[in-house]
Amino acid sequence: MSLDPATLAAILGMTLATYLCRAGGYWLFRQIRPGRTMRAALAYLPGTLFVGYVAPGLWSGGPQAWAGGAMTVAAMVATGNVGVAIFAGTGAAWLVWLLR
Amino acid sequence: MTDAVRFTRAGMRRGLRQALPVSLGILPFGIVTGVVAQGAGLSLAETTLMSATVFAGASQLMALGSWAHPAPVLGATLAALVVNLRLALMGPALAPWLDRLRGWRVWLTLFFLVDHGWAMAITEIRAGRSDAGFLLGSGLALWLPWVVTSAAGHLLGSLLRPPPGHPLFFAALAAFISLLVPLWRGRQDLLPWAVAALVALLVARLLPGSYWHIVAGALAGSLTGALAERRGAA
Repeated sequence: MSLDPATLAAILGMTLATYLCRAGGYWLFRQIRPGRTMRAALAYLPGTLFVGYVAPGLWSGGPQAWAGGAMTVAAMVATGNVGVAIFAGTGAAWLVWLLR
Repeated sequence: MTDAVRFTRAGMRRGLRQALPVSLGILPFGIVTGVVAQGAGLSLAETTLMSATVFAGASQLMALGSWAHPAPVLGATLAALVVNLRLALMGPALAPWLDRLRGWRVWLTLFFLVDHGWAMAITEIRAGRSDAGFLLGSGLALWLPWVVTSAAGHLLGSLLRPPPGHPLFFAALAAFISLLVPLWRGRQDLLPWAVAALVALLVARLLPGSYWHIVAGALAGSLTGALAERRGAA
């Protein structure tokens, strides 16, 4: 158990930068009222953000990621439960990985 | 939204209950982060502190990937800023709740803002629910397992080394895929989502190892959706 000054400074920097992102985006939009187009864009943001996150991983992940992704969607549609969907999807990916 | 926005313990409990199964999905991610931190030479206290205060796994993994001694203060800070820019894009969407809260509740809630809790909160807002305590509850339900598994990962250290490409890592991807399902609103989302995927793939290829593809894909997709709506209305 030790705390190194430079490591502490780096952790502090990361913490401040991350909080700036978390709070800054909301703060900024409270100062500038978004117009209609901006509000429409914000409504699309949740979906597009996660698509942007998963697309490269699915693309490069090969058959195990494709099977896992399909199973995750199917389980989520069937049960509506995120935990079940994650387990089913990861299980399917694992199965394909074992069968390679 | 017709109801007044509230901030109650019941709302926090609701968020906590909904986020707990999701937190299972981040367990491998937390353990991996702990293992990587141990490998980078961070102490158990430093690893735990980082997870507790930064609380953003992708940025932690990226910073730890190029850690050095003495620690790269500027590099790690910049990495956190770039990777977590997406969090700045999330905050404004919570305005229906946050605009009606006062003081510490807003800024404390925003400290616990992460992808999963945010996606669930958006689903709540769209369903017309008005208890903003949900967001803090779901944030806490994700924060505690994150800190605990990071510490556990550090302890397991050299014992637990799943190779890159191990299907356990798919759990992180599966968490985001399952969160996408309730966000699908119908045909109108098809073009924006396709644009987001294409731009993200392209940027990920041009700038591998960075997280710009998330920001670029999200901006391109959202603007496409907004412009398509404007053309449809005109």
